[in-house]
Amino acid sequence: MAAEKMALAKAINESLRRALESDPKVLVMGEDVGKLGGVFRVTDGLQKDFGDSRVIDTPLAESGIVGTAIGLALRGYRPVVEIQFDGFVFPAYDQIVTQLAKMHARSLGKVKMPVVVRIPYGGGIGAVEHHSESPEALFAHVAGLKIVSPSNPSDAYWMMQQAIQSDDPVIFFEPKRRYWDKGEVNTEAIPGPLHKARVVREGTDLTLAAYGPMVKLCQEAADAAAEEGKSLEILDLRSVSPMDFDSIQASVEKTRRLVVVHEAPVFFGSGAEIAARITERCFYHLEAPVLRVGGYHAPYPPARLEEEYLPGLDRVLDAVDRALAY
Amino acid sequence: MTVDSSAASEPRRSAAGEAGTTGSKTGTKRTTRTTSRTTTRTTTRSTTKKSADPELVQLLTPEGKRVKNAEYDAYVAGITPEELRGLYRDMVLTRRFDAEATALQRQGELGLWASLLGQEAAQIGSGRATREDDYVFPTYREHGVAWCRGVDPTNLLGMFRGVNHGGWDPNTNNFHLYTIVIGSQTLHATGYAMGVAKDGADSAVIAYFGDGASSQGDVAESFTFSAVYNAPVVFFCQNNQWAISEPTEKQTRVPLYQRARGFGFPGVRVDGNDVLACLAVTKWALERARSGEGPTLVEAYTYRMGAHTTSDDPTKYRADEEREAWEAKDPILRLRRYLEAANHADEGFFAELEAESEALGRRVREAVRAMPDPDNFAVFENVYADGHALVDEERAQFAAYQASFADVEGV
Repeated sequence: MAAEKMALAKAINESLRRALESDPKVLVMGEDVGKLGGVFRVTDGLQKDFGDSRVIDTPLAESGIVGTAIGLALRGYRPVVEIQFDGFVFPAYDQIVTQLAKMHARSLGKVKMPVVVRIPYGGGIGAVEHHSESPEALFAHVAGLKIVSPSNPSDAYWMMQQAIQSDDPVIFFEPKRRYWDKGEVNTEAIPGPLHKARVVREGTDLTLAAYGPMVKLCQEAADAAAEEGKSLEILDLRSVSPMDFDSIQASVEKTRRLVVVHEAPVFFGSGAEIAARITERCFYHLEAPVLRVGGYHAPYPPARLEEEYLPGLDRVLDAVDRALAY
Repeated sequence: MTVDSSAASEPRRSAAGEAGTTGSKTGTKRTTRTTSRTTTRTTTRSTTKKSADPELVQLLTPEGKRVKNAEYDAYVAGITPEELRGLYRDMVLTRRFDAEATALQRQGELGLWASLLGQEAAQIGSGRATREDDYVFPTYREHGVAWCRGVDPTNLLGMFRGVNHGGWDPNTNNFHLYTIVIGSQTLHATGYAMGVAKDGADSAVIAYFGDGASSQGDVAESFTFSAVYNAPVVFFCQNNQWAISEPTEKQTRVPLYQRARGFGFPGVRVDGNDVLACLAVTKWALERARSGEGPTLVEAYTYRMGAHTTSDDPTKYRADEEREAWEAKDPILRLRRYLEAANHADEGFFAELEAESEALGRRVREAVRAMPDPDNFAVFENVYADGHALVDEERAQFAAYQASFADVEGV
């Protein structure tokens, strides 16, 4: 099989399978990843085929999962660990920030940390508290980490391959509400660079920049705007750290307007960094300030309110209108 | 005193593949046994509450008398006078190095120093128990263990001078970088040990931590992970009685070695000022790890004779009498008494060691003073293994900024 239509969760599963097959040092670890195949079934069938010494059900302790993964990496393994939900990563935050991110620098480059931390993230699935958050900015602030988030099955497949091959720790944010979305995956393709943004749709009036679950929303917004005669360009950023500012700059120099969309709270979010840097880079090109659409400075609300909290079609279009009004 | 446990005694290789199944099979038996044991012990202890200090494994008394120990004598049975002198030499040189580093801090050559004074026996005994292929995960105070592993002592001083954050290659001596976040390294040690078991090697791993760290979640999690996966790791806790200003009572209600029991592996308290006992008990624990019997907790009962670091002032929180009581149990003095009584060392040996000691002090002093400040651009080095666009951009900006000064100076 070369190209096949599959769901995003399945694409990650196939990618992990390929990594386990091609490199005996690759391990999959996490809570319930073995027999159950993970609460989202992303690791379904892997323990059956690769055994419980390579696909490892761990004790229910996130710091322990990441801390032992660091030890395994020191021994020469390439662990891919799963944090079951975004809101559960914080017990491991210490190990990720003080150890995983800094080991390479602390050793003056003698030690490498090829660890992938998979985190299903974001809302839109009607979940209880701590199951719908988008903490990517909390990791992007930390030097030593790389942060990526695919928006579609093909990227999910290839970005996971590249994350596992990376000698740096990668926090891999999986858009959980898109797990079941299907798309074409060509497993024989030659992927582009991991940290490069992609123009999803060309446009002339304004650029919408997003990553992970918000790319699809931006596409819907662009469709709706097109009906009103507005031509929106969509940039799938794919990587939050490093961020491909060159591609954003190129797009903004063309469209002169930028709206950034993410589920994470706007305050100190990745949109703030993009706005600041694009203002510096494109000051004389901009026709409007860079606008941001995202979550509010409030705890993620109960599920029956999440549609109000999350960026939706109308909020994106509202921001587009405001930017075009300048 | 040993707290036995029936923790999986299957060979590691067969246990590794199906740790989960093995655990649940023996789980019932283990619980039953442990319970009955606990009951007996608790009763005994509550009736003798005043003298509740648990017995230590001790092979050398503070007066330097060799005492028999049925369980651990075997692990030092073949020790030669030369090896005993070697242990003595290790402790003396480590103490000398440590004193030199403290002096260098006072002279402004180091920003900070964490002295190991008083803990030489715990570190040299356990360090000398390790095999070359074993792997050590230290805190930031394991200067004696580093010595045993062959790490050049001047390498340890870079981070305290502020020229790097460690920087030695952990794989050269199987001695990991000093870890400052308390307890973090116990998980790294456990993960490393899980890897050793996966590789089918018979190396062991030893993780150092202190009484303060025993309160950290990471330490508890490392106990859980190592027990569940039967990992070949020894947890070596130097209970030096003080976590900066907090005494051990602020960390625990039970003697620390007893914590192991609840996790399903044995814990032992050893006289941490007795180098022979530390050597024997650690050898035993490492042997257990090698033969697939899983983790062990060793609590080396010792005393931090100096301050927490050169920034600390222990007169604020502890009495001189306590220190004086521990001085009488000095690890170096007791081995010297034993060596002299047994005629294992003569005046010439001690004089020669004194000279070697001074030479080490001199070498350390000179090495530190000659240590160059890092290049400004080192800020941007080794942030990532595969590079990062932002780091490149900021390095270029920094270079341009630096160059702007050159222009001014050039005028």
